[in-house]
Amino acid sequence: MIASLRAELLRLSKWPVTWVVIGVWLTLNLSFGYMFDYLSYRDAVSSGNQGLADALLSQLSPAGVPSTMVAGLPMFGGALVVILAALATGSGYGWNTWRTVFTQGPRRLSALGGTMLALAVLLAVFAVLTLLADLAASSVVMTIAGQDLTWPGLGVLAEGLGGALLIVAMWAAAGALIGIVARSPALSVGLGLVWQLVVENLLRGVGSLLGPLESLTNVLPGTAAGSLAGALGSTTESEAGGAPGVLAVLTGTQSIGLLLVYLVAFVALAALVLTRRDA
Amino acid sequence: MNEPIVVTDELTKRYGRRTVVDAVSLTVRQGEIYGFLGPNAAGKTTTLRMLVGLVRPTRGSARVLDGRPGDPSVLRRVGALIEGPGFYPYLSGRDNLRVLARYNRLTNTDVEQALDQVDLSARGGDAFKSYSLGMKQRLGVAAALLGEPDLLILDEPTNGLDPSGMADMRELVRRLAAQGRTVLLSSHLLGEVQQICDRVGVIADGRLLTESTVGELRGASSLLVRAEPVLRAEQVIESTLGAVDLRRTADGGLQVATGSDRSPEIVRALVHAGVEVHEIRPVERTLEEVFFEMTSPREAAATNAPREEMAR
Repeated sequence: MIASLRAELLRLSKWPVTWVVIGVWLTLNLSFGYMFDYLSYRDAVSSGNQGLADALLSQLSPAGVPSTMVAGLPMFGGALVVILAALATGSGYGWNTWRTVFTQGPRRLSALGGTMLALAVLLAVFAVLTLLADLAASSVVMTIAGQDLTWPGLGVLAEGLGGALLIVAMWAAAGALIGIVARSPALSVGLGLVWQLVVENLLRGVGSLLGPLESLTNVLPGTAAGSLAGALGSTTESEAGGAPGVLAVLTGTQSIGLLLVYLVAFVALAALVLTRRDA
Repeated sequence: MNEPIVVTDELTKRYGRRTVVDAVSLTVRQGEIYGFLGPNAAGKTTTLRMLVGLVRPTRGSARVLDGRPGDPSVLRRVGALIEGPGFYPYLSGRDNLRVLARYNRLTNTDVEQALDQVDLSARGGDAFKSYSLGMKQRLGVAAALLGEPDLLILDEPTNGLDPSGMADMRELVRRLAAQGRTVLLSSHLLGEVQQICDRVGVIADGRLLTESTVGELRGASSLLVRAEPVLRAEQVIESTLGAVDLRRTADGGLQVATGSDRSPEIVRALVHAGVEVHEIRPVERTLEEVFFEMTSPREAAATNAPREEMAR
């Protein structure tokens, strides 16, 4: 497994897609998490809306970094991670690299394990870079606004980082599974995005009208990810200024449990398909 | 040279109702270059894919290097290039090999040696996507050579190469075989197989039609004799050689099923009997002729590949 991890880290770290996805996420995160909020804050100050200005400032403060960091992950950050993981596994069929790897000797399970672990390492980099970028942006905004810097406690930081990792890991496992099942990078990205951005939202919309369907939508992967973000303090999508995808459906513990179930199930299914099917 | 290292027994693969490989039993012996010959869609690639564990057989079995196809311990001794080279286009040729080397805990030195063997060291730093078809094929062979395998399985290694590239690839295969490796290569190019292979298996419509040496496949040589008068010549040859397959050809010659070592004896007898000998020469069937004899009823349905290409 270590040999497979080293091999996959080499190819994924040199893959432009990896860094494009991380770069796009950081740009979106800083734009929607800090730049637009800061511009809104300035508007609120100039129009004398002190209540809104205070609320925005509290979100922009370093103390709010953990919740801001996870706010974009259930939907947009997750979508980018699905793209990355679906391409990481699906392109192996387009380029026939799975076949090349399988003829080199590693067990299929070991090769998949290497891919998943390498993705996990890159997602840890993704989460840490997000945290550092958000802390830096927050510090700059607060300095410009002439406010004191209030730092989050280490425990809160760790919770935010752990939550972010769990959310992106679950979406990565989903993307990897879709890539393997679809055996095509384009199809897998399309399917992943349609599920995450369209189907789940539609189901939640219909679920609010149909009781039996609501119990199903309460346990969807996106619901678990959004609920964890909500439990970590992100403003829910139903509140003013809330991020899309952030929910208050499940408790933090329920969300973590459900995310872990999905993570394990997606990886197990991917392993089952990859090892059972002709390459 | 004689120990079998690839043995299949009634190896069969079906996709739905379609039988792609039908009870193929072949044997590849250590140290030989074995040509797996057949038209397009004959079942060559599927057979090779079963030998490296990419595809599971529907029925039958195979042993490769005394192990199960696809078993990691077996694959470490096998180098394979199946269905063309599959590499990451954004990585350099060298980095592609490094990725594969890491899977097998091989070193960068192993990578450089493999690149060197296929004359790609100088271009190893270029992105794979910038390679010509010939360079991509050579990188595929380099990947197959990682770890110094005992058995090389090369699926149409000259596919898409220009004549010079094909000659280079043949030379490379010969060189690898000379180093003591066993090579199993599939091809639909008869000339290629005839030039480099020790033994041949001919497959069409998923069935192995025959398996033998190139010489055996081409058949025993015969002699073409042109002499006057033909009838007298026929009698003299029959009385000289005894029971022998002797046929008249359409243009009045005599085709005698015997080796060229009997030529002096035949000439002496004919001259002694007062027969005028105009010509006597050995006749050998080409592998191409043999191949089309074997596959002609099937070949038309199985492939659209022009006959000229088959004969290249």
